[in-house]
Amino acid sequence: MRYGDNDVLTGVDFDVHTDEVVCLLGPNGAGKTTTIEILEGFRIRSGGQVSVLGQDPAHADEDWRAHTGVVLQSWRDHPRWTPRRLLTLLGDYFEPYSTPGHPRPWDVEDLLETVGLTELADRKLTALSGGQRRRLDVAIGIVGRPELLFLDEPTAGFDPQARREFHRLVHRLVSLEHTTVLLTTHDLDEAEKLADRVLILAGGRIVADDTPDGLAQRVAGAAEVRWSIDGERFVHQTDNPTGFVRDLFAQGGDEVNDLDIRRASLEDAYLSLVQQHEAGHAEAAARSFREVTR
Amino acid sequence: MKAQHAVRLGLRRGWIEFVQSVRSSQDQGFYLFTAFLAVGYLFLGRNTEVDGTDLLFPSVALPSILGALVAFGVVVGPAYALAMEKEDGTLLRHKAVPHGLAGYFTGQLVFQTLSLLPQMVVILLPSFLLFENLMADSSGWLTVAWVLLLGLLAAMPIGMVIGALVPSAQKVGTWGMLPVMVLAGISGIFYPIQQLWGWVQVVAQLFPMYWLGLGMRSAFLPDSAAALELGGSWRTLETVLVLGAWAVVGAVVTPRVLRRMSRRSTGSQVQAAREAAVQWVR
Repeated sequence: MRYGDNDVLTGVDFDVHTDEVVCLLGPNGAGKTTTIEILEGFRIRSGGQVSVLGQDPAHADEDWRAHTGVVLQSWRDHPRWTPRRLLTLLGDYFEPYSTPGHPRPWDVEDLLETVGLTELADRKLTALSGGQRRRLDVAIGIVGRPELLFLDEPTAGFDPQARREFHRLVHRLVSLEHTTVLLTTHDLDEAEKLADRVLILAGGRIVADDTPDGLAQRVAGAAEVRWSIDGERFVHQTDNPTGFVRDLFAQGGDEVNDLDIRRASLEDAYLSLVQQHEAGHAEAAARSFREVTR
Repeated sequence: MKAQHAVRLGLRRGWIEFVQSVRSSQDQGFYLFTAFLAVGYLFLGRNTEVDGTDLLFPSVALPSILGALVAFGVVVGPAYALAMEKEDGTLLRHKAVPHGLAGYFTGQLVFQTLSLLPQMVVILLPSFLLFENLMADSSGWLTVAWVLLLGLLAAMPIGMVIGALVPSAQKVGTWGMLPVMVLAGISGIFYPIQQLWGWVQVVAQLFPMYWLGLGMRSAFLPDSAAALELGGSWRTLETVLVLGAWAVVGAVVTPRVLRRMSRRSTGSQVQAAREAAVQWVR
């Protein structure tokens, strides 16, 4: 993907399988939103191949839309509408796509109950709080009972309570509906909680692709050993800190001082990625993160 | 079949929007305010006789004002609605459902058309109570109907195209309101068009507003009043041709412009508009 002369996405290759919850994680400006908008068919890409549910989203027909759901970041649209009215109307667009095996749309009363908006169903949208509005966004995204659901930064601006409720909602959806979910976030904790698989995006490319546990193990393998000899400081990266330190003592003996062994955690690795990325060193950030998780 | 289903949902959407609008105190206030201005303006000239006729000022001015209000409403209304709704995510929500855009634009068409009704009623009702001899012949209502319909088809596409092309809702004032106000100033609404320079008269006659006013006058006034018009005639054929031409061009151009606008609409655009809205100084 290219804006003017600037390639913003250069190496984004991945597959998402049915029933999977995949999280696109990365610092702000890494290209997450661009990636997800290309997949949603909202943005035309400058190059590369994309196939979503068997079609190229850039040229997909309206029927393709019936099988995808998009949770948008709403702001102040439909101020005079009520959740019930809006959900009913938008849901009815999916009616012609209903089959006995997969009825659409979702029953509005059920859906309101699922997202916890039954009590507020007849209030005007302007009267809803940020968290309530976001739950309505989710409801609108899933009202057509999509096979594939896109969520872009779903919990941006949430307080911890709202975030936990939202995570619970996503879990329930996945287990109830077997929806395949692709979501973006810049929050590692959220990615670990929600995703079956995490893709880390930095500098326009995917620098890691693994389960949350797998990622953590890969990072934890590496450690950093620091010591000093005669006031001079040394640093060494190793997969086997115990063995390295044994050798170090065998060679240096009494002169080794200030010994410090640090096991890298996924959080540390991710935080330093974000820091470097935000300092404008996207390429370097991506490279060093790849080294840590190799 | 599925697209037809979406158009039906659009009709429902337009009706819901209309009912919500009529119930909202904000919109009621707007209707009453314009009615107060228009009827007040007529009331001030209630005893003035119009030169060259035996008609009173309200009789001549009311149809012109109705024509201008229709033009204003169906240009500025959709322009604002589209500019706002591509920024606030309404459009995007419809892009995300199958055939949603067909439904959305149908809804706009229905809502903007229906909105003219309360607008006209709040002006016509007090006018007919306060002034006499407003409608020379009751067959004029038929003329009102076709002028209104044709005027709608001619002017609404202009509003939609403006709404689709303006970079932000704040710019509708410059690109929508202002040109329409200037046109109202030169289209023979508030004073006879003959008082203006020849080239201004030509410019005014290129746009639908003049013809909407003329058509309305032809509906309300007796045939003798045609002497006040350019060429001393209601020029009904010309009215149909000019408004019809705008309607045809609108029907061809508007869907393309709307498609282009919808294609370019993304979540990031909505996000950017949201950030711009909280930024006062730019």
